Amino acid sequence: MGILEVKNVNKRFGGLKALSEVNLSIAENSVHAIIGPNGAGKSTLLNVLVGKLIPDTGSVLFDGQSVLGRTPYEINQMGISRVFQTPEIFGDLSVMENMMIACFAKRDGAFTMQAIGSMMKERDIVEKAEQMLDSMNLADKRGMHSASMSRGDKRRLEIAMCLAQEPRLLLLDEPTAGMARADTNNTIDLLKKIKQDRDITIAIIEHDMHVVFSLAERITVLAQGTPLVEDTPENIKGHPKVREAYLGETQVAA
Amino acid sequence: MLGLNRKDTAILLVVAALAIFAPIILNLFPARSELAFFNAGYPDLMQRFVIFGIFAIGFNILFGLTGYLSFGHAAFLGVGSYAAVWMFKLLNYNVVPAILLSIVVAGLFSVVIGWISLRRSGIYFSILTLAFAEMSYRLAYSVLTPLTNGETGLQVYTDDPQVLMQAGGHIVPHLFGLEMRAREVIDVGPWQFVFPVGYYLCAILMLVSFYISIRIFRSPFGLMLRAIKSNQTRMTYTGLNPKPYTLAAFVISGMYAGLAGGLLASMDPLAGAERMQWTASGEVVIMTILGGAGTLIGPILGAGTIKYLENVFSKMNEGLLHKWFAFLPDWVESPVIWVVSKFTGEGWHLMLGGLFMLVIIALPGGLVEGGQRIMRLFGRKPKAETRTSTEPAE
Repeated sequence: MGILEVKNVNKRFGGLKALSEVNLSIAENSVHAIIGPNGAGKSTLLNVLVGKLIPDTGSVLFDGQSVLGRTPYEINQMGISRVFQTPEIFGDLSVMENMMIACFAKRDGAFTMQAIGSMMKERDIVEKAEQMLDSMNLADKRGMHSASMSRGDKRRLEIAMCLAQEPRLLLLDEPTAGMARADTNNTIDLLKKIKQDRDITIAIIEHDMHVVFSLAERITVLAQGTPLVEDTPENIKGHPKVREAYLGETQVAA
Repeated sequence: MLGLNRKDTAILLVVAALAIFAPIILNLFPARSELAFFNAGYPDLMQRFVIFGIFAIGFNILFGLTGYLSFGHAAFLGVGSYAAVWMFKLLNYNVVPAILLSIVVAGLFSVVIGWISLRRSGIYFSILTLAFAEMSYRLAYSVLTPLTNGETGLQVYTDDPQVLMQAGGHIVPHLFGLEMRAREVIDVGPWQFVFPVGYYLCAILMLVSFYISIRIFRSPFGLMLRAIKSNQTRMTYTGLNPKPYTLAAFVISGMYAGLAGGLLASMDPLAGAERMQWTASGEVVIMTILGGAGTLIGPILGAGTIKYLENVFSKMNEGLLHKWFAFLPDWVESPVIWVVSKFTGEGWHLMLGGLFMLVIIALPGGLVEGGQRIMRLFGRKPKAETRTSTEPAE
């Protein structure tokens, strides 16, 4: 059984069937890509996984526990972190403060009242935040106002914040959308390194086939709200049904 | 010092020095000179400086850090005042139980209002708080007359129980026998300085409040409050629940308002419903923004500036204007006085409105930003105050 088990999930928006009978199993410590043309239901599925949407029917189990009916912050505390298509960071705060918030969330949970002690005197938090920044090559931007960083740096900060929480499942929503090829390759290398360094499951939703085929161990193809096939990258590339439904419309970059 | 870093200690010491020497600093001009008009060193006004300073410091913890703009904080001020006067009526004129109860009652009241209002954010939150404050005002004015004495205002009568009152006890608010209205007047040449007991009690409590607010700003809790203002989406997807953080900030700022209300009643044992009116809530918003929302010292500057200008401009009458503009030829003097008089005396709010617009347009960061710009002009490194944008939370 996988770390994430999606069973018979259906979701309707009015007359539109966004997800129909979705079954998906993501194996622990794998890199699993979910691809599909626009409107295939990729984002809806992701929003179901993180608790933003509640499906009409079906079940979603993370490590044997149901995530349905839980709020996004509760699901996050269970061990699922999400990286957004446009980097979501605390733009008004410094890079270091961004990191520290993630470290506090890991150590102290969803709410703790620590109103008097100085945050800079929390040695373990400061050290961990500095370490994370170091490992992401962001150490020299420590004091920078995070909104004024480049998009690539914002993306790395967001990933660093997610990793500081030591999630068991990292969800990435088109992590390279809008990036230049060089930045895209850097992101691929970064994700490979992350995978190498720790026990983590990565699920990635992506348009860019280059990214998908460089990273994924398993690929699920979604079309019209339902999984078409699930297989290894090699088999997906040659799969006639996939070519017809998806790859046929797009230039294959790989 | 006191667990603060060097910069924060410096700010605290500056504010402490200003508060301690205020009776001297504010009476710069000799008592009988023409310019004595601009003096502000008399007890009633100095007390208002620090009391509204406390109010604004607390408001800034909510608005400055989380970005939630409450338009109903005067309700907590009013509730605090009523609680304090009730303590005078039931126990005796000692201010300690009065001040403690005003903080507790305002805290409980803000838990209820905050819990309901914080179900919405942005402009809907502001409207909910405004509605609650207006309801409180109307209730205090009419329905709850047995508790508030309606439009007359709550005050102490000779037939009140005052169970702790001893024969010959103090009949004005006091701190274990030290009367609030007692004062020391010192004449130095033509100068006159007044050192009132009540002012110093308020000033000490203001410094304690300010110290606590610095600690909150620098704490993990303060960091979370700034996270709420910055990006609530990222916050929830980082496993943090913004609700209890915002409610805690709301209640803390409500308790600050309650303290301010209790002090107002301790200086003058009377509480009226108009303290809860929406204009009073608007005033603290203006103070905080004028000084610099989200900065440590901004709210104090804002409160001081507004209370000082209110004092100076509202007492300028036409007689005084005639004296000042007497050097002009008659045909110029009349229209000038006609225009100026609209902005002074009763019309001083017009002046305040203009000033507020000027600051918002030219200095969105308030007086603190103005100070930083001046420092930069002189080639000094500006203080890196932790301030952020002043937009309300989405």
